[in-house]
Amino acid sequence: MIGFETYPNVDQAAAALRDDGVYFGGGTLIMRALNYGEQDFSRIVRTTDPALKQVEAAGDRVRIGADVTMREVIASSDLSFLTPVARSVGGPAVRNVATVGGNLFAEHPYGDFTVALLALDGRVSVAGGGEHDLSDFISSRTTFNGVVTSVSVARPGGQDFRYHKVSRVKPKGVSVMSIAAWLPRATGRISNARLAFGAMGETPLRALPVEQALEGTSLDASGIESALQAVIGAFNPPDDPLASGWYRKEVAPVHLRRLLLGEGEK
Amino acid sequence: MAKMPLQFSLNGRDTAIFVNGGENMLETLRRGVGDMSPKYGCAQGTCGSCTVIVDGQPQLSCLTLSQTMEGRSVETVSGLSDGPQLHALQQAFMDGFAAQCGYCTGGMLMAAKALLMNNPNPSRDDVVEAISGNVCRCTGYEPIIDAILDAATKMRGRAM
Ligand SMILES: Cc1cc2nc3c(=O)[nH]c(=O)nc-3n(C[C@H](O)[C@H](O)[C@H](O)COP(=O)(O)OP(=O)(O)OC[C@H]3O[C@@H](n4cnc5c(N)ncnc54)[C@H](O)[C@@H]3O)c2cc1C
Repeated sequence: MIGFETYPNVDQAAAALRDDGVYFGGGTLIMRALNYGEQDFSRIVRTTDPALKQVEAAGDRVRIGADVTMREVIASSDLSFLTPVARSVGGPAVRNVATVGGNLFAEHPYGDFTVALLALDGRVSVAGGGEHDLSDFISSRTTFNGVVTSVSVARPGGQDFRYHKVSRVKPKGVSVMSIAAWLPRATGRISNARLAFGAMGETPLRALPVEQALEGTSLDASGIESALQAVIGAFNPPDDPLASGWYRKEVAPVHLRRLLLGEGEK
Repeated sequence: MAKMPLQFSLNGRDTAIFVNGGENMLETLRRGVGDMSPKYGCAQGTCGSCTVIVDGQPQLSCLTLSQTMEGRSVETVSGLSDGPQLHALQQAFMDGFAAQCGYCTGGMLMAAKALLMNNPNPSRDDVVEAISGNVCRCTGYEPIIDAILDAATKMRGRAM
């Protein structure tokens, strides 16, 4: 039988995890594991700490509590730039409980929301203090045994943030890939772009060669050509029942082009 | 480990029951309470046949930890009709042949009810979105979408 513990304070919850506890966000992935007897924990730990439910905008950044659900992201006026991203996660019943914190740990091909957080210079805060760069955090997430309290992201200006999810089933399906791009422009040219891809590796990943190729270019067919070349070798995606790694690599430039030129999906 | 007590409201009635740690709400409803209306499909959240409404929002009972339902309000298909009087959604599904084998129907009805509670005048796209987590292998979805829009029209008419 699985134990169930609720703590009023996140630090207490983090301390209670020990070796055999799992932190419970919305439970969409934890319950799947439990239903199939695939859990590697014997206690479920959660917190009712209101800090994990807060969305706080300050200056050019916004902090999103780890227990904020996709539905709450959609409802938040401070997070309107993330509405299309949150809407791309599962159906309404999943979004009603699926959390931002849980998305950081979702295995391939999931993690669409995290892709956007990566592109927006995400920084992860954890119980007990400390802020980590999201890329670094994700690369070592399998060994993390604590509680994420929030993720802070940059607030992009007007048209600077774009997101595109490719799936086989419409309107909702699991990602063949998802792409998020933050494309700040200085005098019409891209400056300090950040791009991230989902389902193109074991975790969501930044596309550093693509970012470099975009520096100083304009967002038109000839300006983005070298970025489209750069994405071909940028990832080594795994095979899964939705698509082979080879297919994902082949179509990555097509979807990147659509995103950058605002062509949308045909 | 002993079973744990759980109290919640089921279709407006106070309900008290003992649950196993780690048990999902689908099991609690079907085996514990005896409400067979949420269907067991995939147990991984992909089919939607176990959809219930929790505090006004759709939720997959197979992915809901029963212990998190303490003090919450849960609605299932069993609570839709008023005695012999079918709910407008049930009537529209029947009139529009929106059910064939019927396995998805309960989940579809609850997803639709949650939509209409929050948006009484949905567009066709809103309906498609609302049932996007519910799989139907018989109807091709169109009769279901039409039935939900039909019920929405009738419910608005009644409210006026
Ligand atoms: C039908 C279905 C469709 C889905 N579709 C999508 C999709 O389109 N895109 C997508 O990205 N995902 C999808 N998912 C996966 C999942 O629902 C989401 O990734 C969701 O955001 C996970 O969050 P959760 O709160 O449910 O995680 P949980 O199940 O609560 O937790 C998952 C993992 O994260 C850990 N965790 C959670 N919160 C914290 C925290 N604050 N600190 C430390 N560890 C934490 C847990 O311990 C656990 O290991 C889908 C799932 C289902 C069932």
